[in-house]
Amino acid sequence: MQYAPSVRIIEMPCSGTIDHRVLLQTFEDGADGVFVAGCMEGDCHFLKGNFRAKKRVRQVKAILDEIGFGGDRLDFFNLSAAQGQRFAEIVKTMTDRVMELGPNPLKLKNAKKEGGAA
Amino acid sequence: MIIAQQKPVKDIAAMISECKKVLLVGCAGCVTVCLSGGEKETEVLASSLRIMRKMEDKPLETVTYTATRQCDPEYVAMIDNYTKDVDAIISLACGVGVQYLAERFTDKWVVPALDTKFIGGSTVHGNWEEKCGLCGECILHRTGGICPIIRCSKSILNGPCGGSQYGKCEVSKDVDCAWQLIYDRMKALGKLDKLMEFHPPKDWSKSRDGGPRKAIREDVMID
Ligand code: SF4
Ligand code: SF4
Repeated sequence: MQYAPSVRIIEMPCSGTIDHRVLLQTFEDGADGVFVAGCMEGDCHFLKGNFRAKKRVRQVKAILDEIGFGGDRLDFFNLSAAQGQRFAEIVKTMTDRVMELGPNPLKLKNAKKEGGAA
Repeated sequence: MIIAQQKPVKDIAAMISECKKVLLVGCAGCVTVCLSGGEKETEVLASSLRIMRKMEDKPLETVTYTATRQCDPEYVAMIDNYTKDVDAIISLACGVGVQYLAERFTDKWVVPALDTKFIGGSTVHGNWEEKCGLCGECILHRTGGICPIIRCSKSILNGPCGGSQYGKCEVSKDVDCAWQLIYDRMKALGKLDKLMEFHPPKDWSKSRDGGPRKAIREDVMID
């Protein structure tokens, strides 16, 4: 299984522990794109964690759209721990999408301020 | 509890467009329970505003604090230290909280982040409904515990109007006819005769009359 080296994985005990604040923070910290990988529907150890995560991601996408940052940089996918190939595909989908969208606009502002290349 | 909903972030951002540093004050009372102005919502709004402003190349510094309640002077006083060098205070409480902050921090621009909607409760997680119209003299003992003032779309006090159809109100098929509910409940309780009692017109002077209302309990006053 091969996937883009630009991806950083943050492990959570359950996708249902994901919080709006954490997702927004990743973008403030400069992430170009984020996806939350939850277990397959029906497979959540805590029954509904993945459904909750999906709803929260949808809400944060709406906030990102509302504030003009763009919700496309965030997404949610269901996949199981056994689906390495599917994981690689999702990473490709997200990296392709981010390549098209360009870098996180907040990072560009920082770079400009610090006199770096935008 | 008081039910409030957050204003669009853009509207809140417009209120503080000239500010460089703002204090966002959440409230751990009603608006935490109805998930519109608690600690979490305060952080989410702060983050949203920072991102928005950074995109505009006008970075915004935020400070956040969540008061136990914004409708009690002693808790509002605890915010003092956070207000010193901010250009504005954004309150995520109901309209009461916003006013308490504006009264205490007289030299600060205090703005509301929420629209205060009604008083009510939740039916399921994430769904709140209006239950009381704050009429000032409760008559629920006469109406089977169902408030006709707020749950009847016309606030009728003497039975359903002609628009009641199959238990639904004529304003929407999603709204139960309060008077149908009242009748059904009184019938189930064997108290239909209570609905036949005569009552003088409701005394609305106890409601929105004579300016803002007060409630006084001298026995609990400290000074
Ligand atoms: S300020 Fe408003 S929201 Fe907060 S506890 Fe008081 S009444 Fe409830
Ligand atoms: S009768 Fe008046 S006080 Fe009682 S629930 Fe209705 S509006 Fe509220």
